[in-house]
Amino acid sequence: MRALVVGGGIVGAACARTLARDGFSTTLLEKQVVGGGATAAGMGHIVVMDDSEPQFALTKYSRDLWDSLVPELPPEVEFERRGTLWVAADEEEFSFVAPKVAWYGARGVRAEVLDAQAISGAEPMLRPGLAGGFVVNEDSVIYAPCAAAWLARGVERRVGVRISEVGDGWLRMSDGDKMEADLVVVAGGAESVALFPQLKMKPRKGHLLITDRYPGAVHHQLVELGYLKSAHGHSTESVAFNIQPRKTGQLLIGSSRQYGQTSSALEQHMVRKMLQRAVEYLPGLAEMSVIRGWTGFRAATEDKLPVIGYLPGHTKTLLATGHEGLGITTSLATGEIVADLALGRVSGIDRSPFAVERMWSE
Amino acid sequence: MRIRVNGNSIEVQEGTSLAAALENAGLTLFRRSVKGEPRGPLCGMGICFECRVAVDGVAHTKACQVQVRDGMEVICG
Repeated sequence: MRALVVGGGIVGAACARTLARDGFSTTLLEKQVVGGGATAAGMGHIVVMDDSEPQFALTKYSRDLWDSLVPELPPEVEFERRGTLWVAADEEEFSFVAPKVAWYGARGVRAEVLDAQAISGAEPMLRPGLAGGFVVNEDSVIYAPCAAAWLARGVERRVGVRISEVGDGWLRMSDGDKMEADLVVVAGGAESVALFPQLKMKPRKGHLLITDRYPGAVHHQLVELGYLKSAHGHSTESVAFNIQPRKTGQLLIGSSRQYGQTSSALEQHMVRKMLQRAVEYLPGLAEMSVIRGWTGFRAATEDKLPVIGYLPGHTKTLLATGHEGLGITTSLATGEIVADLALGRVSGIDRSPFAVERMWSE
Repeated sequence: MRIRVNGNSIEVQEGTSLAAALENAGLTLFRRSVKGEPRGPLCGMGICFECRVAVDGVAHTKACQVQVRDGMEVICG
């Protein structure tokens, strides 16, 4: 049985891996570089998220899959179990912490409440006067482009090819060649809308900055509790505090979200807003040296859940995209669900919330 | 004038760049790469970033771009 996977980002790589593992003769088709696109532009954060039950189920299932891979991951993937520290700026935000920790605990996710003193001890660089927060101990950090390349290792690929059209069990390349397969998976990220205008999905631009090396400055991935307001809101422009320490001691500074931008150029007003937000939480950041900035485009569906399923009316072509800011985390679960769909197996979680039909306009 | 390098006091000439003063004192290890390899000044004009040291508590200061000041505290390596 033959499978074609369109898109060599981490989701495409994960799908190619599971399909090849489960017996498909698989070819990965990638326009630029395996591990590129949004995979290379984002933070490699493996995080459970509680915005909805399906989102939690997908992130938890996928985080567990990452954990089972840890013994095999090579050094260049830079896996570190940093934990996520969710920061409450004030008493109002802090009032949500204990219920969240209980919610996670009831679902098998270890998390610990930190009061004002404990959060300062856990992260001395955080500004004084924060109300506290909580740590999700088992969340991790990876270097996503290398993870994608590793997941796709051994899979046959054609790089530098563009796809102009996708049908049921076939696709057409931009040079006119047609390829047929028993299974076609489109994991094209934000650009998938070019192939499927009916898909209710939009690119969502993000900025990141990286600092020089400051080993030991920050220990956990730090995220403000208001992050979900940015990620799951619909406003045209928003920023949220999100910092990741890397193995080199460099800090990744995020996060920003914009709809309606097509240029990948850095936008000064967004960089400024993002840095101002970051400095509110980490005043010492203002003294640090930022060495580089870049942007990327997330694939954002209208209801904030990915689309993982057969195209409406199709039996051989699947979509696996729309992961917004959770593509790294949920790539492995997506790969499993895609292989399950291909082989008619039940999945480890309920996959009906990710059906393509709900995000398809006829 | 005197500056301190890794806690040790050394005599330096006013008007010298910190990079030159360190090299005059026989110091060649300014910093280490990510893999721990020794690094020192290359371009001498502020664009290679290899001469970075901590000066008066500020990390990643280009030694070739600062002049020595009396009592300056420098951390190398």
